[in-house]
Amino acid sequence: MDVPATLKPVEKPTSDAQSHSGAEILIKTLADLGVDTIFGYPGGAVLPVYDALFDNHDLKHVLVRHEQAGTHAADGYSRATGKPGVVLATSGPGGTNTVTGIATAMMDSIPLVVLTGQVPTSVIGNDAFQEADIVGITRPITKQNYLVRDVNNLESVLREAFHIATNGRPGPVLVDLPKDMLNTKARFKGTKHVDIPSFKPTIHGHQPQIAKAARMLSEAKKPLIYVGGGAILGEAWKEVTEFAERLNIPVTTTLMGLGAFPESKPQSLGMLGMHGTWYANMAMTECDVLLAVGARFDDRVTGRLNGFSQNSRKIHIDIDPSCIGKNVDVEVPIVGDVKRVIPAIDKLANPPEISEWWDTIHSWQKEHPLVVPEADDQIYPQHMIKMISEITDGNAIVVTDVGQHQMWAAQHYQYNHPRSWITSGGLGTMGFGFPAAIGAAMACPDRDVVCITGDGGFQMLTCELATAVEYKVPVKIAIMNNACLGMVRQWQQLFFDNRTSYSVFGSNNPDFVKMADAYGMIGMRATNPKEMKEVLQKAMAIKDAPVLMDFSVVKEENCYPMVPSGAALFEMVESDEECKR
Amino acid sequence: MSTTVMTKDYRHTLSVLVKHNLNTFSRIIGIFSGKGFELESVTFASEAEPGMARITITTYGDEKTVEQINKHLHNVVDVLKVTDLTHKKCIERELAIIKVSTAKVGRPEIMLIAQAFKAKVIDITTDKLALEVTGNTDKVDAMIEVLKPYGIAEMSRSGSVALKREFQGAVNIN
Repeated sequence: MDVPATLKPVEKPTSDAQSHSGAEILIKTLADLGVDTIFGYPGGAVLPVYDALFDNHDLKHVLVRHEQAGTHAADGYSRATGKPGVVLATSGPGGTNTVTGIATAMMDSIPLVVLTGQVPTSVIGNDAFQEADIVGITRPITKQNYLVRDVNNLESVLREAFHIATNGRPGPVLVDLPKDMLNTKARFKGTKHVDIPSFKPTIHGHQPQIAKAARMLSEAKKPLIYVGGGAILGEAWKEVTEFAERLNIPVTTTLMGLGAFPESKPQSLGMLGMHGTWYANMAMTECDVLLAVGARFDDRVTGRLNGFSQNSRKIHIDIDPSCIGKNVDVEVPIVGDVKRVIPAIDKLANPPEISEWWDTIHSWQKEHPLVVPEADDQIYPQHMIKMISEITDGNAIVVTDVGQHQMWAAQHYQYNHPRSWITSGGLGTMGFGFPAAIGAAMACPDRDVVCITGDGGFQMLTCELATAVEYKVPVKIAIMNNACLGMVRQWQQLFFDNRTSYSVFGSNNPDFVKMADAYGMIGMRATNPKEMKEVLQKAMAIKDAPVLMDFSVVKEENCYPMVPSGAALFEMVESDEECKR
Repeated sequence: MSTTVMTKDYRHTLSVLVKHNLNTFSRIIGIFSGKGFELESVTFASEAEPGMARITITTYGDEKTVEQINKHLHNVVDVLKVTDLTHKKCIERELAIIKVSTAKVGRPEIMLIAQAFKAKVIDITTDKLALEVTGNTDKVDAMIEVLKPYGIAEMSRSGSVALKREFQGAVNIN
């Protein structure tokens, strides 16, 4: 992959021979790399950086209220724009607080650069105050990490970090900065070229494999395209859409791939997997040629492996070779950038003759549609999502937490645009939604950002209400409030004999509207669809401040279709009754 | 190192050329512990080229598992090259120092065994002999098996080091 436009140098190289402190070099390098926003929280070890930031007006620093929220915000910023997110935290607890955010980004391949302060090199290893081996701690959850031991390397390490985070399969990179490195003087070189001989991701697919894939698709009777987050990360939505439309092949997207193919198109089967649509899961089960595009055959997608798409010949395009053949055997592996491989296949493929296949799919769609229950006196969760979809015209950036609301939001909001669905798919991090929504809203001030969250996930990082208010971030928080951990409760009901162990908050939840008030922001509540509509309309009209909406929803509603844990895709159930059987 | 041996799987020797730093070494070991791959032995030392190091790993697994190991190793940013020597002609050596008790049978019998394996006697005490043996892992394994009944007091193995043979024809000059 080429260096994204956003990383292209913004200034001319400077031949400035003057020496700068490490902290100044850090700021200069970030600016040189095109970074405009960083999310951070100060502390002892990074004070030299904060001192350098005091006079700097090119780089916007967003003061979050918790470092975990800082990483999620940077993550949301990145998912909304494609640019790398940048986090700044101090040593010890500052660094350890970023861990959940880094792991979240790692699982979803989000480019982040996390900068942590460290105790001075002279005392590293001495259990100094606020010392933690953050390089050791984050090794398995970063693509690469560094401890800077020589200030003369600081600039090149930072440039490498951004290069690695954004090229190939993206991911988080951490740079640990001992305090003495930030204070020591060195020269800012301004050398933009980065060359890492051991890091050369494969971009162009293998031509004979591409030709074979094209042949298989052209001759298929029941083909299916399965699009994952790689199509978003690789910015290949246009290529995927044109290809699928021209060949008229059905498309299903994973949770991470939502928005890569417009759901308004007739080829779209929506999401597949554990809470995917009936017809997407059946198409996956029955297809004869499967084209996987930047997807990784996650267990939430495949269900029981020996019941997964048994009769299909599989083609798998991925930039990361270790994703291919990991869970499912593949006949045609293609290592490369989807943005280049898809057009290459497109050039050689002919539309297959599949009208019978479409008839079958249409009959599934007719018999097993997604159901949106509605009532006048209470809010069904599915209805809430549908209404948000309608009121925002499907044009908002939707950011979620994890659980029932996340799955309903994936099912019932119509995603027609890429980078408009932001969710923690791989790690499933509760607490992700609200701070990520702040990051997305700051990155895209012209777009509506709705944070669909649950009363559980939202409470994990409510401290960020202060951040949203301070920066007047116009994020619309829509709490699907069922006074319990809905997905946990659903599993306990279905698989643990309804023993709802520690999953029900009941009346112990705070009054979210009062909470909003305490932070000096607007809070509104709705308990029926009529109120919900009014609240949503009022909220969407506010463009310069955050709004909190507390929607009391039907408490015991369960999310269907569902592939029970350990079952195959075709064994999905659509109701509580069916599940009992 | 773990010595759990999955007998039904094949033993693979991987030679990994990396940038010389401990973070890279830890990342590579982390792949084995974090993803649950087998690791029989590992050696890590500087290469002739400055700033580079070679890691020789012996692992057990079926072809699919070892292919995954290969891919994960390649994904480590500072890894330049991974060579699976298993199906190639390679030069493989391991060194072991073994202290054997001479209490049961006396020195001559042990020394005779050492001779058969071209091992050297490197230390002698009243009741023990220390032997140094080099060879491929099978040879070292075999010698240890033969010595076990006499009582092995202590032992230290280096783990395999290996390189691909330049000439891949059918020659064995072990």
